[in-house]
Amino acid sequence: MLTQAVAHEHHHGPPPGLMRWVLTTNHKDIGTLYLVFSLVMFLTGGCMALVIRAELFQPGLQLVQPEFFNQMTTMHGLIMVFGAVMPAFVGLANWMIPMMVGAPDMALPRMNNWSFWILPFAFAMMLATLFMEGGAPNFGWTFYAPLSTTYAPPSVTFFIFAVHMMGISSIMGAINIIATILNLRAPGMTMMKLPLFAWTWLITAFLLIAVMPVLAGVVTMMLMDIHFGTSFFNAAGGGDPVLFQHIFWFFGHPEVYIMILPAFGIISHIIPTFARKRLFGYPSMVYATASIAFLSFIVWAHHMFTVGMPLAGELFFMFSTMLIAVPTGVKVFNWVATMYRGSMTFETPMLFALAFVVLFTIGGFSGLMLAIAPVDFQYHDTYFVVAHFHYVLVPGAIFSIMAATYYWLPKWTGNYYNEYLGKWHFWLSFVGVNITFFPMHFIGLAGMPRRIPDYALQFADFNMVASIGAFLFGLSQLLFVYNIIQCVRGGYGADSRVWEGAEGLEWTLPSPAPYHSFTTPPDLREQGGEH
Amino acid sequence: MSATTANRRLALRLALAAVLMFGFGFLLSPLYDVFCRVTGINGKVTRTGAVTEAVQVDAARQVRVQLIAVNNEGMPWGFRPEQHQLSVHPGEQTLIHYVAHNPTAVEMVARAVPSVAPAEAASYVQKVNCFCFEAQTLAGSASQRMPLVLMIDPQLPAHIETITLSYTLFDITADQVGHQSAPQQPSARRVSL
Repeated sequence: MLTQAVAHEHHHGPPPGLMRWVLTTNHKDIGTLYLVFSLVMFLTGGCMALVIRAELFQPGLQLVQPEFFNQMTTMHGLIMVFGAVMPAFVGLANWMIPMMVGAPDMALPRMNNWSFWILPFAFAMMLATLFMEGGAPNFGWTFYAPLSTTYAPPSVTFFIFAVHMMGISSIMGAINIIATILNLRAPGMTMMKLPLFAWTWLITAFLLIAVMPVLAGVVTMMLMDIHFGTSFFNAAGGGDPVLFQHIFWFFGHPEVYIMILPAFGIISHIIPTFARKRLFGYPSMVYATASIAFLSFIVWAHHMFTVGMPLAGELFFMFSTMLIAVPTGVKVFNWVATMYRGSMTFETPMLFALAFVVLFTIGGFSGLMLAIAPVDFQYHDTYFVVAHFHYVLVPGAIFSIMAATYYWLPKWTGNYYNEYLGKWHFWLSFVGVNITFFPMHFIGLAGMPRRIPDYALQFADFNMVASIGAFLFGLSQLLFVYNIIQCVRGGYGADSRVWEGAEGLEWTLPSPAPYHSFTTPPDLREQGGEH
Repeated sequence: MSATTANRRLALRLALAAVLMFGFGFLLSPLYDVFCRVTGINGKVTRTGAVTEAVQVDAARQVRVQLIAVNNEGMPWGFRPEQHQLSVHPGEQTLIHYVAHNPTAVEMVARAVPSVAPAEAASYVQKVNCFCFEAQTLAGSASQRMPLVLMIDPQLPAHIETITLSYTLFDITADQVGHQSAPQQPSARRVSL
């Protein structure tokens, strides 16, 4: 079968030149496009974060005007969420899911091409607002009405259409992933033998289909309020700004799980590989993921404890939020139990995965603190919230993406990356992330509000520390980029299995993975209980 | 090919689900109103119009009613209640006036958006008549007294001793001029008090 795949490559290699990338329907090409796009957006959004941290290095206004500062916080959030994290996971899904389930390609290859190529245009439009009269959107990534309607800059219309386009792209990507997993599994790959990355992505894709249209709906309502005289969110016309927050967070809370469930899948591959043990509690991992997805739909109002909810509402959302800690705790337990008595080695992907387990759990704990409604009145809209969601997103989602990149890079390119540089990248990132975000817990508890360009003097020291950490973290990503480029250009060749403890169909293919793989599906019906 | 057909059918079903969820997003808007009306948690009075059933006046009990007037940002009108606080017996109908004055030289249209605190009391307040039911137009430099007739239901829970009625006045002159020929906004989004 392997020789067959290699022989095929000679006849059906990719066409040369730029049009290969524009016209491609190959899942590996599209995965690469998504990942490169995501990396570019990560660096763009990162530069904006550094503008923010540079301004906050000292109290007072030094570098930028408050108006521009607000545009930076808004664009940083939007770009990182919709441009960096989400496309990175879609890219990884494109590359790996067909190989993991033994499919020749994604189920709907042409739609796949379309769903990627919408994205550069959406983000070109969004970034273009920075150069428009009145400036870019400045109302925060959560774009609460009436800030984003009555008081918005004129560029808000471009922002709305950019969100529409990203939404369409994500929905098409999600449909493709569901169709691939449900229809194209190799014979004998039952649902409970599905690799966990595929499982977590399947559930994520259903979340995307459920909530991205709601996001499209809420921006459409904004569009109608701004241009067509409706009053969905305008109190003067009988609308209600609080309705905006309800609809936004009905999308927004599942969205945060969209950004973390695929990460759970990745970590569930990497830890068993480098602990050289099978994953502990595979079925409980699947059920925990499904429970988290279900719970994500009934907890949204914990983002809005301070809007004036009745006591019964506060209690319901407080307890349902705390319930999420149970399935999440099951997952963390399973990862730790997988490592227990394993023969662990600490290559770069494993280091990132271990940091994920520890630091994501810290983010989870601060989430539990925020879930306590009575104390949330103190934490709401402070840097404590910023610390919380950066802990779950940076050493959570982003670290898992970096771990996945190092883990699968030898499979993609056929070469090992530079392990020495990879370790440097890890340790600088690990230290940088903690120096940046840990002090934010303290300044948040002490009362420093989010989204301000200037602050009271008592917050000065911790802010300076955070800014130093941010530059350390930001600059160390250049090592990551350099390491990837060097690895693509050449290096120590990898065999098909790449890692000693790696299990799964993708490791039966040669490295680099041939352009067309599994044109005849592998038959798993003979094999036993391995998943 | 059957595999292609299966993929296409699944993709269409999922796309349909996405379209339905888009509709659901819009449906959340009226659902929100219905939910607030049923549970009464938004401090909005839903009982309006004449009292149809005979209500026994509870002369033994007094409820304090506080009145608040707020101008929304940029609204230049003078706007206040004639009295800030009064005591009423549950079951009796009380007439109260708010006073509005338009200090500008041009005709303006305003709408008052009401709210009741505590929210629990909202479902026991009946507004027989209220200036907030419709938009108020005032010529330049004109003043007017605007009536409010309300009745507190004797069923009001005993622990509620004070009810606060708040009105926020919005300038909707621009909306009225811009949409004179257009029909009223969709009824689902209108507050029903």
